[in-house]
Amino acid sequence: MPEVSMTVNGKPAKGQIEGRTLLVDFLRDTLGLTGTHVGCDTSQCGACVVHVDGRAVKACTMFAAEAEGAEVRTIEGMAEPDGTLHPIQQAFQDHHGLQCGFCTPGMVMSAAALLAENPTPSEAEIRDYLEGNICRCTGYHNIVKAILAASGQDVSRIAAE
Amino acid sequence: MYAFEIDRPMTLADAVKALGAEEAQALGGGQTLIPALKARLAAPARLVSLSGIAGLKGICTADDGALCIGGGTTHAEVAAGAGAYPALAALAANIGDPAVRNRGTIGGSLANNDPSACYPAAVLGSGATVVTTNRKIAADDFFEGMFTTALEDGEIITEVRFPVPAAASYQKFEQPASRFALVGVFVAKYAEGVRVAVTGASEEGVFRWSEAEAALTARFTPDALEGLSLSGEGMISDLHGSGAYRAHLVGVMTRRAVAAAG
Ligand SMILES: Cc1cc2nc3c(=O)[nH]c(=O)nc-3n(C[C@H](O)[C@H](O)[C@H](O)COP(=O)(O)OP(=O)(O)OC[C@H]3O[C@@H](n4cnc5c(N)ncnc54)[C@H](O)[C@@H]3O)c2cc1C
Ligand code: FES
Ligand code: FES
Repeated sequence: MPEVSMTVNGKPAKGQIEGRTLLVDFLRDTLGLTGTHVGCDTSQCGACVVHVDGRAVKACTMFAAEAEGAEVRTIEGMAEPDGTLHPIQQAFQDHHGLQCGFCTPGMVMSAAALLAENPTPSEAEIRDYLEGNICRCTGYHNIVKAILAASGQDVSRIAAE
Repeated sequence: MYAFEIDRPMTLADAVKALGAEEAQALGGGQTLIPALKARLAAPARLVSLSGIAGLKGICTADDGALCIGGGTTHAEVAAGAGAYPALAALAANIGDPAVRNRGTIGGSLANNDPSACYPAAVLGSGATVVTTNRKIAADDFFEGMFTTALEDGEIITEVRFPVPAAASYQKFEQPASRFALVGVFVAKYAEGVRVAVTGASEEGVFRWSEAEAALTARFTPDALEGLSLSGEGMISDLHGSGAYRAHLVGVMTRRAVAAAG
């Protein structure tokens, strides 16, 4: 079996893979990083979103072999080593941006990619960016609010919970 | 997924060689092929990834003013870098969602020729040229019906050349679950005349609406389309919309595209 090596959350990672091994399976099964979820496995839901070389991708729709030499960041790489949550994670907690939490890793990674591109997005821009992230629980409202808050913007303008 | 090997060549020459192997298939961004492999709709013995080939990526302007986009350029890169052709950049910015746009490529979209895909409308509507490892193919000769193109086995799309029109717009009526076009219309106005390409509607895949082209070449306003309509015959009919509904939408989206192009 071929070997793949990449950097995951700042640390070198390598392992044996098959041609068909998906990046999400390499992260979850080989590296034990189960924070990246598989919701649909059909490229629709965004629960598996991670960053590859700084860009949000669906880890269920990319082969591990394609990440050779790449910098990968997953939800496990968001908080500080001492456990202090990333500001986006903290905002999800503060604004009740999750219920069951299944979609949350993908939502947080998509939100981080958005804020890297556009540090002060409007509500409409946030909703548009989350088009590929599906949540069965929250109705999205508090997710949008959390991302708006994480970007340091006033959230009182967006309708009450 | 059935098992297969993956090659990741760094040059086009190596990719062509690897694609010469028995049951080898190109892998672009994988945003269509990977779901197809998971559903066991495709079973290649070997995938040849094009993502490591730097020469397939990028956007530039040719001496004749055409915008040239490398076959391995992602939708996100076109959205950000095709400012010289705003209607094309806007089309790319509206494909799927951000994660799909970060992987999916123009070459993969054209080779796939999904009857509801966006890029085929831009390529046919612009009279673009598809450049491959073997030849140059005019848009009018490239699309051969649903999921069928003029590409031969092992032929790689290396570049697409778009003549830049004086005015253009792509209007997509989105199918909200898949985010593909329920109907999409690309209108482009050139000195030689107006081109109108329709995706999402016909069972034959993307097509040119010639009556609308003639009317708009005479007069480039939405009113010029008054009285023109397409029949629902041969249009895609599914749970999202009947053939007649799609035929009607073609008229509506064409008028919107002309209005938006100005
Ligand atoms: C959730 C979701 C939403 C989407 N929404 C839209 C949408 O709104 N509009 C739209 O148009 N598309 C949409 N797509 C499809 C997307 O644009 C794909 O990226 C595209 O259709 C295929 O490009 P790819 O690079 O991913 O190709 P792949 O999936 O890698 O390949 C597709 C086919 O093209 C071949 N191929 C790939 N590259 C080349 C090349 N350079 N030369 C020759 N053959 C090649 C492959 O062998 C394969 O047969 C969506 C996809 C998903 C998952
Ligand atoms: S698990 Fe990857 S998009 Fe749903
Ligand atoms: S919180 Fe349950 S799916 Fe989003």
